[in-house]
Amino acid sequence: MRRELPLAICFIMGIIMTVQFFIPHYYSQWLFDNMLKWLIIVLTFAMILGIGNLVKIHFQKIQHRRRDWLYSIVALFGVAASLVTGFGWGIEADSPFMVLYNYIQIPMQATMFSLLAFYIASAAFRTFRARTVEATLLLVAAVVVMLGRVPLESIVGRWLPDFAEWILDYPNMAAKRGIMIGIGLGAISTALKIILGIERSWLGGGD
Amino acid sequence: MHLSTDIWVWIAAILTLCIFSFLYKDNPFYKFAEHLLVGVSAGYFFVIYFWNLIVPNLLTPLKNGFGTLFTGGGFTGDLAALVPGILGLIILTRLIPKIAWMSRWAIGFYFGAFQGIVITGYMQAYILAQIYGTFIKANNPVFSLALMGDFFGAPGWGKALLAVSGPLMILGVVCTLTYFFFSTEHKGFVGGVAKVGIVFLMIGFGASFGYTVMARVSLLIGRLQFLLRDWLGIIS
Amino acid sequence: MNLYEKFLHIDRRYIFILVALGVIIPLIWPLGLAVTTSPPVENVYNAVEELPPGTPVLLSVDYDPSTQPELSPMTVAVLRHCFSRDLPVIITVLHPGGPGLALEISDRISKEMGAVYGEDYVFLGYKVGSSAVILSIGQNFRVSFPADYFNTPIDEIPLMKDIQNYDDVGLAITMSGSTFPEIWVAYAHERYGQRIAAGVTAVMAADYYPFLQTGQMVGLIGGLKGAAEYEKLINRPDDGLKGMDAQTIVHLFVVLMILLGNIAFIFVQRAKRREA
Repeated sequence: MRRELPLAICFIMGIIMTVQFFIPHYYSQWLFDNMLKWLIIVLTFAMILGIGNLVKIHFQKIQHRRRDWLYSIVALFGVAASLVTGFGWGIEADSPFMVLYNYIQIPMQATMFSLLAFYIASAAFRTFRARTVEATLLLVAAVVVMLGRVPLESIVGRWLPDFAEWILDYPNMAAKRGIMIGIGLGAISTALKIILGIERSWLGGGD
Repeated sequence: MHLSTDIWVWIAAILTLCIFSFLYKDNPFYKFAEHLLVGVSAGYFFVIYFWNLIVPNLLTPLKNGFGTLFTGGGFTGDLAALVPGILGLIILTRLIPKIAWMSRWAIGFYFGAFQGIVITGYMQAYILAQIYGTFIKANNPVFSLALMGDFFGAPGWGKALLAVSGPLMILGVVCTLTYFFFSTEHKGFVGGVAKVGIVFLMIGFGASFGYTVMARVSLLIGRLQFLLRDWLGIIS
Repeated sequence: MNLYEKFLHIDRRYIFILVALGVIIPLIWPLGLAVTTSPPVENVYNAVEELPPGTPVLLSVDYDPSTQPELSPMTVAVLRHCFSRDLPVIITVLHPGGPGLALEISDRISKEMGAVYGEDYVFLGYKVGSSAVILSIGQNFRVSFPADYFNTPIDEIPLMKDIQNYDDVGLAITMSGSTFPEIWVAYAHERYGQRIAAGVTAVMAADYYPFLQTGQMVGLIGGLKGAAEYEKLINRPDDGLKGMDAQTIVHLFVVLMILLGNIAFIFVQRAKRREA
């Protein structure tokens, strides 16, 4: 029952949420409303699980003095600071919690991703080679879009941004649509496999 | 140049430079900033989940429900929140290896529900609407004989492009889908069509790469604007 | 190793320095390049512009600090536009990293534009389970949002008194750095007929053109350039327009490096063939 009951629950919930779409009856909509409410609450705990796991990992790192364990103290200090300010003074706009968010989390998280600008420039130089016809096409499309999407009209004229817009509206859109239809078919087949119990990897290992 | 006098701006600027120091090489300043970010983010998420979700969607209805019950008002719909509350607590058993198997019940609940939602939503948005849009746009056919007639009537580059673009788009979608169809070997006619699909895919990926460069540079512009404006006061 | 090979193996930190200078110099000494607008952004602007005053707009801030430099400028521009046209704004968040950003922007722009909380705008906060939340709004906002971000019951907020679901919302605009726009289209538009516009990072922008073509999205604001275009349309220059010069210089630099890299590669290959 440790694997069969969850599979049965998954099947029942999947069928309910698929079939209710086609039933406009009051009770079908009432069931739908309540299922949505419940889903939001259950998912919240799933998210909290992730945070709990992170804290557990860092505690274990400190406990067993693993490599870079001192930095785990910094991480746990960060967790504590957020929790204390968040529960102690609330989450209003000018609260200490929001000060931590605005002056520690935002700057660091934004900067972390801005590093990619340097790496993409370096990678474009080192690896972007027109070795084949296909690679050349990719390169030409990339250059046209890169130059067409910045304000160079006053220097080179409207033809470049117009050409970039045409590439986005037609050949790019056609390719992305083909990919999108493929993704849709894949998502639906995966959903059916999960609901019908064919795909069971979500159960995890063990008994 | 007007240096900021706000201590928090200085802290933000120093942490920003700690992250940027990774560009030279990995170092203790970067590791310190990275771990601080991980910790503050985790704590932030927990607090937001509590105040934005647990309190209004679970604790408040339960408080109202039990309040009504214990004051003789009987059972109300608010008490139904007990069910997802218990399911949610069951998910947390995943942290205790001996009873982690119980979390599968709750995971099966939300996983099954979401997969059920996916079937109808994705069928409409990703498949039916996209196939329709390939042939019809704003109630007009994409393959437009009228536009072709316009071109032959008064030839010009603009009209040629308009006449050809629609059929080109249909060709692109069909060829791209053929490329991803692996049940038939890509040989002969099918192989040729798949090769045309590759051309469209390369143009699509090139456009995406161009946009990706733009995205990453924009992120850097944002951070340097902060350093030059808010911290150093060099720009207004 | 000849000159071309040395060039191809240049220490990448020199490239990093040049990229940084390519951003810093135009920020300090702007070039003043003129930005022209494109149809996808104009369509979003027109969709907001055509709404009668008093028609609620749903603005979903579905991004986190990692994409904030691209998406906050467009969020600010759209919010300014809505307030200037007396369109009440209902702000929701579907990304856990977004509440702080949404709170800061709504607080700042409402003070700037004289918008009153509870009458001109409301911040409903964050809920998890994007598709479930989007579907639930179609039934009633109160299913997922029984209270606002500050835990005031939604029925006590004047703005929300007559607003039940998408039928009472003129336009839903999602600002997202991930796949939320697709989910808004799949559930809010397809099931409830809600008009959707999206502001996305440049990385995602190219992927959403199929939704524009089918009309599933009324318009699309893509990346910092999109934000700059919207700022130009509302005649309110800000971070978007200010960043365009730097964007241009770095793009030109990247294109130049790609060209030089390919030229050097060709010469290196020729030399290797000659040696062979």
